[in-house]
Amino acid sequence: MKILVPVKRVVDYNVQVRVRADQQGVETTGVKMSMNPFDEIAVEEAVRLKEKGVATEIVVLSIGPAQAQDTLRTALAMGADRAVLITAEPNPEPLAVAKLIKAVAEKEGPSIIILGKQAIDDDMNATSQSLAALLDWPQGTFASKVEVKGEEVEVTREIDGGLETVALKLPAIISTDLRLNEPRYAALPNIMKARKKPLETLTPADLSVDVTPRLETLKVAEPAKRQGGKKVGSVAELVEKLKTEARVI
Amino acid sequence: MTALVFIEHENGAIRQPSRSAIAALAKLGDVHVLLAGTDLSAAATAAASIAGVAKVLTAEDAVLADNLAEPLAALLTALAGDYSHVAAAATAAGKNALPRAAALLDAQVISDIVGVEGADTFIRPIYAGNALATVKSKDPVRVLTVRAAAFPPAEPTGGSASTEAAPAAALDAAKAAAAKSRHVSYEIHKSERPELSAARVVVSGGRGMAASENFKLLEPIADKLGAAIGASRAAVDSGFVPNDRQVGQTGTIVAPELYIAIGISGAIQHLAGMKDSKVIVAINKDEEAPIFQVADYGLVADLFKAVPELDAELAKA
Repeated sequence: MKILVPVKRVVDYNVQVRVRADQQGVETTGVKMSMNPFDEIAVEEAVRLKEKGVATEIVVLSIGPAQAQDTLRTALAMGADRAVLITAEPNPEPLAVAKLIKAVAEKEGPSIIILGKQAIDDDMNATSQSLAALLDWPQGTFASKVEVKGEEVEVTREIDGGLETVALKLPAIISTDLRLNEPRYAALPNIMKARKKPLETLTPADLSVDVTPRLETLKVAEPAKRQGGKKVGSVAELVEKLKTEARVI
Repeated sequence: MTALVFIEHENGAIRQPSRSAIAALAKLGDVHVLLAGTDLSAAATAAASIAGVAKVLTAEDAVLADNLAEPLAALLTALAGDYSHVAAAATAAGKNALPRAAALLDAQVISDIVGVEGADTFIRPIYAGNALATVKSKDPVRVLTVRAAAFPPAEPTGGSASTEAAPAAALDAAKAAAAKSRHVSYEIHKSERPELSAARVVVSGGRGMAASENFKLLEPIADKLGAAIGASRAAVDSGFVPNDRQVGQTGTIVAPELYIAIGISGAIQHLAGMKDSKVIVAINKDEEAPIFQVADYGLVADLFKAVPELDAELAKA
């Protein structure tokens, strides 16, 4: 079976982001960018399914600026077979992204599409569910375990209070949670080989998808700063302050 | 302007995050709530008495018993035509079903709102809570998930809503959508303590706890304070506690009155899940730990000495 894995280029998770002075977004010029951590887990899961002989081909897809190519090369170095880049700037919203992925899925015919559960920039947690709706496929979100069993895939999901296992008829959508696996590092020879793997470039117009945003961002502001930093000398002093000053115990 | 809020029930009671979602939407107008599953009579009575609820819709069918996204999103979509807003708490179930329903309605979901500025304008955190975006929706139906920690829950009493069954056509849509997925099993972690997302006090341990059995040290403190026990991702990844204890960007987001972080360095990912707590206490032996920058009260100490002392001090009261 073929697996499609959409990946997103985001501000690296270690970067302390700064809100732009014009309040229209956060500073991204000169900031380190990486593959969204949940998407690395998605690529890893696809590669493991190929190593087990379940998958035969892995196609990775990214939607964003031309530099998203780097993110795709990383996925190819991890073990994906070929890549598709849809250039669009600024990054389209999850609904538009889902429509673009749907168009690619209709051309490629994958049995499983694996996505990260959320991108750490917009924190939306929406693309996989929206894509599943548009394709009318079942969804296994927040997956911590994936097992293909014949015509079904069993997905163990992280829910409030524990775990739930669902069985989905293929083709299906899976979104990854952190504990699904530990992504591998791409070895240098694989990074070299990845440069030669095929990468096709498209635009939203090629796929006849309207990516006009539905949400207008009026303002991006910094959250209120906490007045932290007060130190106490002992446990007794701490309890005293919590009782008399903070009045929380 | 009327909103439809999907609410979750457990043993005949309405979960607290759902009451917060009701409170958030009540700012805009009438609220109708949707209950789905089986054996709904006790939950329907509970829902009808929540302050601010004008009508309770019940969708009673076995396909809806496990909050599977496919039937639930189809049900919400079938009912959405009568409403200006469709919403749910940003719980595992809400985050699973609402974006699916939104796409079926050709709308862009607005996830995890923390503020309501108007009928079409909402505030939501981005970049792990390091920025707050105010967004205005151009969609005719606004589909939202609500961060429970940001809105005090609607009172469980004081309301007197009418109850009616959801139209048969909506139930048929849910049944038709249930063909491709099925629930297999649950593995629920039992806990006698308050629910993490709803607790007034949360005591959390991190990598500094060093081992799973050391989390027992936190139990007497949690008992004395009536607290839930949480953990950092590092503690979960090290296998000290199950992942449903995790507080952070990828776990549960909490905003209790008192949050006590023990042996937690304070990575961005963790802060995203707790920095709206009213009072934050940090106990850490590394005085440079970033957690001290957000802590109202910090104690630089070895937790294995400080935690038993804290228990003894609390026992004095």
